Amino acid sequence: MAAFKVKVNGEVHTVDVLPDTPLLWVLRDAIGLTGTKFGCGIAMCGACTVFHSGKPLRSCAFPISALGDGEITTIEGLSGREAAAVQRAWIARDVPQCGYCQSGQVMSAVALLKEVKRPTDNDIDQAMNGNICRCATYVRIRAAIKDAARTLGA
Amino acid sequence: MAHIDTRLSRRAALKGIAGLVLGVYLPGGSARAQSGAAQILRADGTAASFAPHAFVRIGIDDTVTVLIKHIEFGQGPFTGLSTIVAEELDADWSKVRAEHAPSNAELYKNLAFGMQGTGGSTAIANSYEQMRKAGAAARAMLVEAAAQAWKVPATEITVDRGVLRHANSGKQGRFGQFAEAAAKLPVPDNPQLKDPTKFRLIGREGAVKKLDVPGKTNGTAQFTIDIREPGLLTVVVARPPRFGGKVASFDAAEARAIPGVVDVKQVPSGVAVYADSMWPALKGREKLSVNWDESAAEKRSSEQLIEEYRALSRGPGTVARQHGDAAGTLARADKVIEAEFVFPYLAHAPMEPLDGYLRWDGEKVLARLGSQLQTGDHQTIAAVLGLKPEQVQLETMLAGGSFGRRAQVSMHLAAELASVAKAIGPNRPVKLVWTREDDLRGGNYRPLFVHRLRGAVRDGRIVAWANTVVGQSFVKGTPLEGMLVKDGVDPTTVEGASEIPYEIADFRCDVHTPNVGVPVLWWRSVGHTHTGYAVECFVDELLERAGQDPVSGRLAMMGKAPRAAGVLRAVAELARWSGPGPTNGRARGVAVVESFNTYVAQIAEVSAGNGDGPKVHKVWCAVDCGVAVNPDVIRAQMEGGIGFGLGHVLFAEVALDEGRPVPANFDSYRSLRIHEMPQVEVTIVHSSEKPTGVGEPGVPPIGPAVANALARLGHNRPRRLPVVRGVV
Repeated sequence: MAAFKVKVNGEVHTVDVLPDTPLLWVLRDAIGLTGTKFGCGIAMCGACTVFHSGKPLRSCAFPISALGDGEITTIEGLSGREAAAVQRAWIARDVPQCGYCQSGQVMSAVALLKEVKRPTDNDIDQAMNGNICRCATYVRIRAAIKDAARTLGA
Repeated sequence: MAHIDTRLSRRAALKGIAGLVLGVYLPGGSARAQSGAAQILRADGTAASFAPHAFVRIGIDDTVTVLIKHIEFGQGPFTGLSTIVAEELDADWSKVRAEHAPSNAELYKNLAFGMQGTGGSTAIANSYEQMRKAGAAARAMLVEAAAQAWKVPATEITVDRGVLRHANSGKQGRFGQFAEAAAKLPVPDNPQLKDPTKFRLIGREGAVKKLDVPGKTNGTAQFTIDIREPGLLTVVVARPPRFGGKVASFDAAEARAIPGVVDVKQVPSGVAVYADSMWPALKGREKLSVNWDESAAEKRSSEQLIEEYRALSRGPGTVARQHGDAAGTLARADKVIEAEFVFPYLAHAPMEPLDGYLRWDGEKVLARLGSQLQTGDHQTIAAVLGLKPEQVQLETMLAGGSFGRRAQVSMHLAAELASVAKAIGPNRPVKLVWTREDDLRGGNYRPLFVHRLRGAVRDGRIVAWANTVVGQSFVKGTPLEGMLVKDGVDPTTVEGASEIPYEIADFRCDVHTPNVGVPVLWWRSVGHTHTGYAVECFVDELLERAGQDPVSGRLAMMGKAPRAAGVLRAVAELARWSGPGPTNGRARGVAVVESFNTYVAQIAEVSAGNGDGPKVHKVWCAVDCGVAVNPDVIRAQMEGGIGFGLGHVLFAEVALDEGRPVPANFDSYRSLRIHEMPQVEVTIVHSSEKPTGVGEPGVPPIGPAVANALARLGHNRPRRLPVVRGVV
């Protein structure tokens, strides 16, 4: 066991965990932020996506000991224009079905719109194809990202 | 004094911070319905007479809470059942909330099953009249309460969006103002239902937004895996690598040395590791040394099973249905067309792997999980812990998908949950979690199937059809066998193959049901997952040989299947069908499948792709599910069903290597991703028939529609699924 300081959503937490504990389980079990989900544990499904210093990161395969000084943002701490536009668009399109993957989908979509103001279908494919949705809500995810981009450009 | 909390939950309510609520109990004509009075829940809790057998609660804050007897895992019952209640209640949709009903078979049974549970796309179908009556009764009681308060005839009161009005006197009031008075009135036995032409929510585009969506966009929706409480132990179980294996012995010394590991116990399903959180539990399990007794384990590989099934398929099986003389006509035919289709084992792989929470003190149990068959899970937990069912409280949680995985005939998850709790003893709350590897290697698969079809064509018509189906039964050897298996045939094995929408003079469908030690389970659309593909590929192939167009050729044989023909015509019109092509490298394939009394036709536009399997550009879909309660939910289920079906047809297989499942995770069990998702356009065929389900019926047609398009691109209809094999 070892103590680590981790800054999540603007707040510094000190956690005492095994050094190889993936960030996902630090967030969920040690800090209690359960919006970030476990889907595969090998960075193949994207349900665990968080931001590490603003960039999307699969937290399930990232050990806490490798985190360094980076600041983490989870779905609970998401803020800003892009986040608001994405979440509004998600609701307007009734995107989620079971909803379990959607924290990760929203995080990836916000990351995309921070980088690319008017994403093409190809941009969306590139940014979102690491996020599996077993309900296959992909048609609406794509449409909602385009909606959000339009509202941000307005 | 009642304190009003608009975020009121039932649990919070019972703790005594609630307002007043009206409950209406309508179990569909039983004796208790006659005596079922409305119930009041008092804020201080002491006088609470809330009966958990209500479908509707109305708070003095005007909130209308609908108790949903079916699990919500994305298919939409929270919104669908609430829409039906709100319609008859004339509620304000912005005040409507949904929550899971508790486990209670008498009150919340699926009227199609006789026990509480969800499956077979029955949620709307079995609840429609029940929820209409629940809403109508609550409305009548509120109207009567207002009539008494205002001293006016009830017949002169109108209700609109949660507001009661009496035009002549100018009086008006909200639901909440009359909730307490209404709760003291008797529940009407046969409340007046609305004329469907007056519906303003049911079937109306844009009339409702899904109730569970906001919490599913901001991370606040609570799933079983999210349950936390002080002292909660996270439990993972090491299970045998082959099905039928058992623990011979184990050494847990190294596992116990992992900081955070609390205990290790043998349970019937394997060896359970208890830890203070997930990571130590996983590390502890890795450090276990278990010797497995595999003397009774299934050790055959998929390839061996396929060869055995192929051999069986060459001989006649138990007849599921026949008319005319298929064997005779085929024997006399100039040419017999034959096709063999092989379908792999498939995992459901819901995004949230299986999990469950259980707390007990030796006498009383609280279990919380994404229970799809509440009655069976409830009874199983009680039995394992040696308790009576009334000592068990089971709460249904939102679940991150299921696709059938949470509706276990064996109740193995509830049994394992209760077993791990029992093994460590009372007052040690547990959260059992499966990993993705546990999920994909945990069996309960869609069975492996082989279909052998033989047909003959004469004068441009299909004159004979014989289909031999080989595969494991879902229910053989289970308590459901006696109920479901008729004359040696499990109907869920042959549904969609034993009755087809096409008139063919000489027809036979028979089945072999081999015994294999791999646990199997219904998977989204059950028998139609394979029968839809086999039948729709083969009819398309025969029509091609007969020189018929895939759409008009089918329609010519569908005189006795008007609703199936209706969706086929509708999809052809939607896609502006002018033949299969190919045109500019793209071909179109069609398929039509009825499942669970819902009719779906799809046309897929497909090109050969760039070496990683075919590219499906667009899918047109027509659905007839009777009265369309929530059109946008129906569209969403068709979109999702198409994506789910397509991903499995293209990529998915759980191969067995000497009995051991090969794929471990999403790196080796490939799931459809966004760049592989086609555009989808859905049309809902107008119908006033009774509503039927949409959770499953979008799945079966997509595979054969894609295969039939591939045939027009110069590829054969894939005879063995998945289409893309051995590539991840």
